[in-house]
Amino acid sequence: MSQKEPETIEIKISEDILRARQSVRTCMVDLGFSLIDQTKMVTAASELARNTIDYGKGGTMRIEYPAEEGRTGIRLIFLDHGPGIADIQQALKDGFTTGSGLGLGLGGSKRLVNDFEIRSEPDKGTQVTVTRWR
Amino acid sequence: MTKQKSRLIEIFEKYEQEILEDWMREQIASITYRKDLLTEAGLRKQSAELMGLIITASRSGNVTDISAPEWKPVLDFLAATSKTRAAQGFTTQETATFIFSLKQPVFARMKLELGTNAVALAEEIWIATVLLDKLGLFTAETYQKSREDIIRRQQMELLELSTPVIKIWEGILVLPLIGTLDDARTQVVMENLLQNVVDTNSSIAIIDITGVPAVDTLVAQNLIKTVSAARLMGAHCIISGIRPQIAQTMVHLGVEFGDVVTKASLADALKYAFQQAGITVT
Repeated sequence: MSQKEPETIEIKISEDILRARQSVRTCMVDLGFSLIDQTKMVTAASELARNTIDYGKGGTMRIEYPAEEGRTGIRLIFLDHGPGIADIQQALKDGFTTGSGLGLGLGGSKRLVNDFEIRSEPDKGTQVTVTRWR
Repeated sequence: MTKQKSRLIEIFEKYEQEILEDWMREQIASITYRKDLLTEAGLRKQSAELMGLIITASRSGNVTDISAPEWKPVLDFLAATSKTRAAQGFTTQETATFIFSLKQPVFARMKLELGTNAVALAEEIWIATVLLDKLGLFTAETYQKSREDIIRRQQMELLELSTPVIKIWEGILVLPLIGTLDDARTQVVMENLLQNVVDTNSSIAIIDITGVPAVDTLVAQNLIKTVSAARLMGAHCIISGIRPQIAQTMVHLGVEFGDVVTKASLADALKYAFQQAGITVT
């Protein structure tokens, strides 16, 4: 398998969600992920990218290809410099939203990936890192 | 704005034919010339007409402020030309070169006319550059706007095209969804569906999501909204086309469709609809 270069995608307007989703899908197809894995990761990317726009006032998505302990995967890092999340535990709870959505995006994304890490500082921004291994 | 005295107009008038010939040569020799889209005769006609208009406009003595009324015919002509070129499929570069390739011939004549007077030459070249740059940028801008108009129109068309509501049987509607269901699409889908429910007096609507590549929480929420609205109008909704990977993803996301009937395929949904409507097909 050829080594792929990490790339960063701007997430500013809702069309960018579509682009982010397509990039993730293309990368996963190239890496030979199954259709189920693709759909899960693409859906998680869609949720997190939308959060980046709706709550983080826009940011970036970075695609990385981690390899450790003999396994390879795809890692997405969503970064924004928005208002941040006051209570992360509450934000992860199903049905909790400060917007008008279903309140399932963040918690749902966590269930769709293998590794999930969220860091947030009020007024500094939020970084969500998700990884799916092959 | 102060009107600068320029010999540009003299040069234009004196060398109109020569400049036009040189300009034609420049354009045809340029790599951006699209022989496939514009014939030489057509290009000559456009170039000559623009030359004429520029000369008329510069006779006013104003060669710096193209927003002045005397330059309006030039701008109108450029706007029309770049619009046609945008529609024909020229690139920005190809369209802008139309103006920018006029520089070289004009500068050459200036050199001929002013010769060794370097100060005057530099001044005249500067004035001509400013003018031609403004016209070139105007052309590029109009071209860009025309392209954006084309894109916007296509987007609108796509929105309409991708949300058909089909009456498949007496009282049964099918709504095949293709692509992503964002807020704008949902609005169109909902309006189309509700209008058709009224028009066809249907009691069952099948929403088929086979063509929706990813169902995230926003899509799910919009689907639920559409189903609720149809229900208020007395139509029973069935969601079909839920593929295995979509079903798994939705479970992980925690999305529930409540008491909405969902089916794996459109055929299953149709069978169920027939049962509900008491129709037997033999």
